[in-house]
Amino acid sequence: MNDIWYGILQAFQLIYTLDQDLIDISVRSLKVTLSALVISSLFALPLAAVLAVKRFKFRRFIIALLNALMGLPPVVVGLIVYILLSRSGPFGVLDLLYTTAAMVIAQIVIITPLITSIAHQSLRELWSEYHDLLISMNTSHIQRIKTLLWDARRALLTASLAGFGRAIGEVGAIMIVGGNIDNATRVLTTAIALETSKGDFALALALGFVLILIAIALNLATHWLSKTEREGRW
Amino acid sequence: MFPLIAENLVVEFNGKHILGPIDLTVNKGDISLILGPNGSGKTTLLKSLHGIMKLKRGSIKWSCSNNSSMKKQMFVFQTPIMLRRSVFENLTYPLLLRKVSNSKAHRLATEWVEKIGLKEIMHISATRLSGGEKQKLALARALIIEPEMLFLDEPSASLDGKTTVEIENLLKSCTKNGTTIMMSTHDIGQAKRLAKNILFLNKGILESNQLTETFFLEPTSPNAQKFITGEIVE
Ligand SMILES: Nc1ncnc2c1ncn2[C@@H]1O[C@H](COP(=O)(O)OP(=O)(O)O)[C@@H](O)[C@H]1O
Ligand SMILES: [Mg+2]
Repeated sequence: MNDIWYGILQAFQLIYTLDQDLIDISVRSLKVTLSALVISSLFALPLAAVLAVKRFKFRRFIIALLNALMGLPPVVVGLIVYILLSRSGPFGVLDLLYTTAAMVIAQIVIITPLITSIAHQSLRELWSEYHDLLISMNTSHIQRIKTLLWDARRALLTASLAGFGRAIGEVGAIMIVGGNIDNATRVLTTAIALETSKGDFALALALGFVLILIAIALNLATHWLSKTEREGRW
Repeated sequence: MFPLIAENLVVEFNGKHILGPIDLTVNKGDISLILGPNGSGKTTLLKSLHGIMKLKRGSIKWSCSNNSSMKKQMFVFQTPIMLRRSVFENLTYPLLLRKVSNSKAHRLATEWVEKIGLKEIMHISATRLSGGEKQKLALARALIIEPEMLFLDEPSASLDGKTTVEIENLLKSCTKNGTTIMMSTHDIGQAKRLAKNILFLNKGILESNQLTETFFLEPTSPNAQKFITGEIVE
């Protein structure tokens, strides 16, 4: 019990003194996940809009595929990305294994289906509301997609935040493809796993607090977004 | 682009006959009101003429290309569809779709927001307006592009007298600028106040198509006679 109290105390000290390891790991985590988030959103949001607005041949198939991918365990995603990036794999020449780039790729694969799916829900709803008006105004597909993306922007940001939450807290996949290398690919979750197994609760707890802070910030942001949505601001 | 000639229009929903066969010509400057009991097909006829309804048979021909006629006609739905944007942005929307310059769109929207008495609240979300305000905004959003042809589906159903007068005044002033109007109503008084000609629809059949004065004196259809005197049309 004493060990744990001691750990908590030390954890606060690490945070209070802005411990260099703690800062490095947190910043790396944010960089990796934000990169994955931006790239994923650039795919996911337009795709969700196209799925909502256009009726094309493989639409149902893509939706089913996205749902299936959403249910894929992250560790399996890690394994697949590992195989693809490994020396003998098809993308081995890029030499990306055990880099933050590999981790970004794994996170993209994990969160793109999630973001697309949540965004698709909101956009489909908005489209059923707008359908008659936009058809009557003789809008092109591009105009419809732009209109939906803009008018659903808060819901889309919420979808992206959900993706961010999933990515920043994920451990299995990035452990496999990143290797949890000190000063290179070690991020919040993999560091917590390592420090805990080493019995160094201080750093593990401090890192844990950072993760909790991020989770709280995400929740507040999502809450604020739905509030402005209801009140119709920005 | 006039006349609009509809020939042998027939609409079905899931194999159930809803409308037609209807032959109809709309000339420039017409102000036609469609009267008829609930479910007689008024909405279906308006949407068909506007070109957003799948026809079972028949044709709708403008004397110009379909694409250019679509750009010059507007439809105001019975339940106004508001974009989840500010009042002001709802007004600029159809202008920006037509690549009108930002400054001109801004100027016109400023004029119109004043005309419909929503200047004070032009920056709030249109979804927060009252029913009457939404209907006025929907009408202004249609008129702002100076359409050649305007369709309205029971624009003052469930509105108070004051708003109905405002809407009728907007309609009168736009017909002076040469806009052709086709609108449905359940309100016989409104038909008398606005219409040049009256179409009486019953069970999907166009039972009479007459000048307003003659319609109210000698309707060609016995059902129309009943409808005028307030009897129930079966
Ligand atoms: N989407 C639809 N599917 C099936 N039937 C419909 C649909 N829309 C309207 N109808 C039917 O078509 C008929 C005409 O409807 P409508 O044109 O809305 O009449 P009105 O506007 O005169 O009240 C009604 O009997 C209605 O039940
Ligand atoms: Mg109707």
